[in-house]
Amino acid sequence: MRRTTKFAAVVAASLMALTACGSDSDGGSDGGSASGGSSTDASADVCKTADGSGPKIGLAYDVGGRGDQSFNDSAYAGVAKAVEDFDATCLEGEAQDGEAESAREDRLRQMADAGATAVIGVGFAYSDAVNAVAPDYPDVAFGVVDGYDPDDKANDNVAYFSFAANESSFLVGVAAAETTKSKQVGFVGGVHNDLIKSFEAGYTAGVHAVDPSIKVDIAYIEESDLSGFGDPAGGKTAAAGEFDKGADVVYHASGASGSGVFDAAVEAGDGNWAIGVDSDQYLTATADQQPHILTSALKRVDVASYDFIKSVNDGSPNTGYVTYDLKNDGVGYSTSGGFLDSIQSDIDGYADKIKSGDIKVPTAP
Amino acid sequence: MNTLKRIGFALLAPVIAVLIAMLATSIVILASGSDSSAGDFWSVILAKPENRIMVNIINQTSMIYLSAVAAAIGFRMGLFNIGVEGQYTLASYTAATFAGAALLPGAINVFASLVIAMAVGAIWAGIAGILRTTRGVSEVISTIMLNSIAAILVGYLLDQYGEHGGNQVRTKALHASSQVPGWVPFEDRDGAIWTLGLLAVAVGIGFWVLLNKTRFGFDLRATGLSQTAAVASGIKVNRMVLVSMLLSGAVAGLIWMPAYFGSAYTYGTTFQAGLGFTGIAVALLGRNQPVGMIFGAVLFAFLSAQSNSLVFQTDISPSVVQITQGVAVLAVVIAYELVRRYRIRLEQRSVARARTAPAQEVAA
Repeated sequence: MRRTTKFAAVVAASLMALTACGSDSDGGSDGGSASGGSSTDASADVCKTADGSGPKIGLAYDVGGRGDQSFNDSAYAGVAKAVEDFDATCLEGEAQDGEAESAREDRLRQMADAGATAVIGVGFAYSDAVNAVAPDYPDVAFGVVDGYDPDDKANDNVAYFSFAANESSFLVGVAAAETTKSKQVGFVGGVHNDLIKSFEAGYTAGVHAVDPSIKVDIAYIEESDLSGFGDPAGGKTAAAGEFDKGADVVYHASGASGSGVFDAAVEAGDGNWAIGVDSDQYLTATADQQPHILTSALKRVDVASYDFIKSVNDGSPNTGYVTYDLKNDGVGYSTSGGFLDSIQSDIDGYADKIKSGDIKVPTAP
Repeated sequence: MNTLKRIGFALLAPVIAVLIAMLATSIVILASGSDSSAGDFWSVILAKPENRIMVNIINQTSMIYLSAVAAAIGFRMGLFNIGVEGQYTLASYTAATFAGAALLPGAINVFASLVIAMAVGAIWAGIAGILRTTRGVSEVISTIMLNSIAAILVGYLLDQYGEHGGNQVRTKALHASSQVPGWVPFEDRDGAIWTLGLLAVAVGIGFWVLLNKTRFGFDLRATGLSQTAAVASGIKVNRMVLVSMLLSGAVAGLIWMPAYFGSAYTYGTTFQAGLGFTGIAVALLGRNQPVGMIFGAVLFAFLSAQSNSLVFQTDISPSVVQITQGVAVLAVVIAYELVRRYRIRLEQRSVARARTAPAQEVAA
């Protein structure tokens, strides 16, 4: 009995160790396998080489981090552009799965202590941490992507970027509806929270605006655990399930898990499509994935980050809620690959109706 | 001399394990070909923590230790409660919901919430206990499944009944009169050491007393060493399984309470997931001993808190400390076995010497 226990202990421990390594190497290989190359190559990181005299930018990534070819990379792209334009320097930090709230706060404080004048928390999970840290650093401008002020005491040195992701999701929903042959499409969300539900709601509305009879399969990788944004294997399982059930277009809103969704589309074979999110994911996909990436719903985190740094550089940092939607090109869709050429005018027609207010896109399913 | 030797032997294995872990980590860093050397890594990790990080280390230690005790109660009797994660997730959510509703005033609310957290943790663990005793379902399987169910259940309940704001959802915030922040050792901005971290001290002492000074503790250890012998000596093993699952779950329920009453005040994005698994590793590292697990909890809290600085000062990912932690857990199992054998050999040799020495005297 004793020996079995001991053996079981070793097995359990090594399993834990291996799973930890597993998820890490996933992240690594995704970064490495990108054929797009330069933007995900760690050695090309501008934050390691920049030595200008402009503002110093702190960039705190969410789970998934640099190399997710999606959300976090988009924030990086904005910062990289700012570094070039304003002669800025930058510092990066990345959230770990299951880390303490105090670790998030500490990350932001280290950046501010290191002299950063603009600190950007990438992802709504930084809302509380920024709210706690900002009052201690009145001279530092903070920004939170998808942020929200959790209490009544407004901070006058924090900007919350909010994106009308339901609008961009609506447009790729239109693209999905006009592309599907099986009259069945799918959606894979990373985590079943309010943020991702707005992607689902917009997508479903877009599909049904074209043809209400099209069936939309919905799947989420995690119910509440943020690891759903960094789980390519989970994304692949969820998407493969939808392809198996008959869907031929699957839209994902799951950050770094999306590479699994693309793999599932490749395995489902010709005529099956995946739709990317946040960044133009066609550009960073592998050569076998590219023929399956119909479009990407763009969420211009890069624009938001760049604008924010620009405002800091100009000496009047943005504060409060800053909204990015179709009207100010804060969200949109990509056309790389040329798969949308025949239906682009239709999609733009819907975009105009959203901009003019003729179509109201729901934010919750 | 003899006690000194005993303490030396007790420390030997963990020290060897930590050294092996450090060596393995250094090799990984070298092999990864990063711009920073292993020396850079250790100079960041082993640097004197800043004040706020010191506070974080103490706070994290208390929660990790609670989690380790929860796991150890099961381990000591050969029960693998992998479900600490699910037990404290569900318990934290329920207690936070109850406390946020402010049905009771001030301190009574805190006390009642702690009782509820323990009860929910115990019930969730108890399901696995009952399945094991009545149906023979392995607690490893059932607790892992209960972890998933707890995560989904909490996600659903939070979505249905939580307060939605921005992109977040959370439980109703705790009223100021029930907040238990703690002691501020440095400046306000460096944070407070949570008062409810003392729960870890109380639970640690309680665990030690339970194991070493009570009939139940004796039965627990006896069952862990040999179930058949325990049955033969009249211990009701099924009852023991159920009671230790309940106890394990009750302690698990407390894990996040110091953070909730100390600084989070609501269950939402500030909830710290994953402590249940950290606790298992720390229990293994501390050999399920009340004192040993303190060492393990401090080590894990220290490494995690210090790792945040890595990205700012080196080219090494903070994930690397997970390698240190993982290898330490593996190495300690091997190191203990090696030390045990070495000690037996030493004892045999000294006995042999004691026997031959008088014989030589006689011959002379």
